[in-house]
Amino acid sequence: MSEIRRRDPRREWIARNRLHPEHLSVLAEQGVGAASEWLGPNGVVRKNPHAIGFIGPNGVKRIDRSGAQQGGQAAAEGTRAAQDSRRNVIIEAPAFLVAVVPELSGGRLSGHDKDLLGLARHLADADPEHPGAVLAVVFGEHKEDAFGEAGIDRLLHLDDDAYVGFAPEARLAALSAVERELAPRHWLLPDSPLGGADLGRRLALRLGERPATGVWQIEADGEAPLGWRCTARGAAESLDIQRPLPRVALALAECAEPVDETRHAAEPLSLAEAIPSALSRIEDLGQVAVDPAGVALAEAEFIVSGGNGVKDWDGFHHAAKVLGATEGASRVAVDDGFMARDRQVGATGTWVTARVYLAVGISGAIQHLQGIQSCDKVVTINLDPGCDMIKRADLAVIGDSAEILAALVAKVEQQRGGQRDAA
Amino acid sequence: MRPEQQGVEVAVLVSVGRHPITGRARRADQDARGLELALGLERQLPGSRVRLLHAGPRGEESEAALRGYLGMGLDTLTLLEQAEGSDAIPALAEHLAAAPPQLVITGARAERGEGSGLLPYALAERLGWPLVNGLAAVEKVENGVATVLQALPRGQRRRLEVRLPAIVSVDGAAPEARQSAFGPARRAELEATPVVAEPDQELAQWQLSPARKRPKRLKIVKAASARDRFKAAAAKAEGGSGQVLEGVSAEQGAEAILKLIEAEGVLR
Ligand SMILES: Cc1cc2nc3c(=O)[nH]c(=O)nc-3n(C[C@H](O)[C@H](O)[C@H](O)COP(=O)(O)OP(=O)(O)OC[C@H]3O[C@@H](n4cnc5c(N)ncnc54)[C@H](O)[C@@H]3O)c2cc1C
Repeated sequence: MSEIRRRDPRREWIARNRLHPEHLSVLAEQGVGAASEWLGPNGVVRKNPHAIGFIGPNGVKRIDRSGAQQGGQAAAEGTRAAQDSRRNVIIEAPAFLVAVVPELSGGRLSGHDKDLLGLARHLADADPEHPGAVLAVVFGEHKEDAFGEAGIDRLLHLDDDAYVGFAPEARLAALSAVERELAPRHWLLPDSPLGGADLGRRLALRLGERPATGVWQIEADGEAPLGWRCTARGAAESLDIQRPLPRVALALAECAEPVDETRHAAEPLSLAEAIPSALSRIEDLGQVAVDPAGVALAEAEFIVSGGNGVKDWDGFHHAAKVLGATEGASRVAVDDGFMARDRQVGATGTWVTARVYLAVGISGAIQHLQGIQSCDKVVTINLDPGCDMIKRADLAVIGDSAEILAALVAKVEQQRGGQRDAA
Repeated sequence: MRPEQQGVEVAVLVSVGRHPITGRARRADQDARGLELALGLERQLPGSRVRLLHAGPRGEESEAALRGYLGMGLDTLTLLEQAEGSDAIPALAEHLAAAPPQLVITGARAERGEGSGLLPYALAERLGWPLVNGLAAVEKVENGVATVLQALPRGQRRRLEVRLPAIVSVDGAAPEARQSAFGPARRAELEATPVVAEPDQELAQWQLSPARKRPKRLKIVKAASARDRFKAAAAKAEGGSGQVLEGVSAEQGAEAILKLIEAEGVLR
């Protein structure tokens, strides 16, 4: 059958108009209505209510009284279109490799990583005759399952205890092994404090390259050795340096658009030779417990925020302490004097960037939601299942805040107690 | 008895900074923090010695800036005098190798020139010493091993042990520098020794221009139909795919929250 749906506006109009003399015959022709409505043996019209209607785009059953049921088909097509919109790309024999070492903060590709992968694709796909492949080198455990969507063709996952924590020497040894074996044409790292800024500079010097740091733009340039020219920030953000793109580049966030039209293979890869273990002169003793109350709200990783729905403030403070979270508040809680002014989250307070934001008894007024735009995961405890915070939340628990916080505290303490016994 | 803590030899590498608004020469913020860290170490470990080192040209402006460091309580600064635009790394590496200190402290990035933050890494690679970046504090130095705190994003700290001699770089997380006193700064001495240096050919070929404003990223909505475009434009807050637990007991709710918090790894 042809994919193109032909429409007959006149018939559709008749199908909608129940009073039209041809209404029934048109419906019968469309194959709808026939099964849901028939003339019974005693001359009474019988209806089957289950046979009518369709599931709307939001998962709610809708009944279109015209019987034409156009919404259902359109919605189904819409989801199919959304699924098919990414083109699958497989690069069998790449002409060269572009190696990317993502920072993977929190075990997932960050926005910065995705921008960087977009840049890598830009370099790899410049010549459609000889496409390159993007190789991602990932250290340690991760929780990411969309490597292909981010534009990765080959994935080298190095999972070893040696790479956990601050292990620049072990990671550098691994990257040197990649260089020896695969010899990528480009090395790209994010110029971010956690990930690439340190490792990238070490790598560049090990390879004897003078890296470009703070790169935010690249353009094709026939005269440059690698065929590209880059613009980089220098001198405390006050200079733009234009230079030929070196082999190792450390790029800033938003250096390119992330990949959104293609899906790549993210084919696992392994190294043939074993990575020599590096002599380590730096030992990581682990993270230090910092007082969460001393961490600035804007950069706190885990925030427990209380609003008008918190009645038991002692319990709230205790919960924040046990969870090791920084405390935040909505404006009402601040105005009522339960929390300090500098703890207010929102348009007139602080814009927070937490990885997990636990909103307790906060309704989600727009001024508050603005302040939590860049939070990764929002969890909310609220009595009202219809409030705006629930629409924003990744996990919402409907119930009384005091009870749920107390249960949460009990669970965490029980778990910690168990660990201490085991140790 | 207290464990044996000897003093350490510290060299602080300082540069000429640039005021972000007026563009005038000043002591560089990160380098001054590095010096503050060294001075704190001197107080903490009696018998420590701090020396200041700078490689670059000698001029009126740069001298005033360098005296800013001396005003923090030092008598001398060693100046390796080079022509403008030459590479500071070989001169510094040579000087450090000739009389190796135990700890070298640098800022993470210079405020002038390329400002790529490569210098500590290049020195570490040349001298073969370990390097720790983003230092927040030195906790103790014992038997040739320093225990330090490294600053992580989001106000977190990580404790590391590093074998000396080592190079450490500091950024904004290190303690704030004290004020520079004008009188002592005038009286202190700049010990200049001329060194031969190669000009930085590569840098001379690059095009430098004042930083342009970076283009703002546009929110591009790729939607096939008008309905999708309208939805994207009118969306209040994204989401809607979240899980809602209704009618569950407090325990079950707490269990679900705990699972999410643990999966994100924010619970310590
Ligand atoms: C110019 C302007 C700027 C503003 N700026 C900010 C800002 O920066 N930040 C900010 O936060 N607000 C700001 N506001 C205020 C904002 O509009 C809201 O009034 C405020 O955010 C509401 O706070 P809330 O959610 O804590 O209170 P409420 O709206 O009263 O919500 C309380 C919620 O708690 C729930 N609840 C009640 N009891 C319980 C219970 N026992 N257990 C669980 N849940 C319970 C309720 O169902 C409700 O959803 C601003 C307002 C204006 C006009």
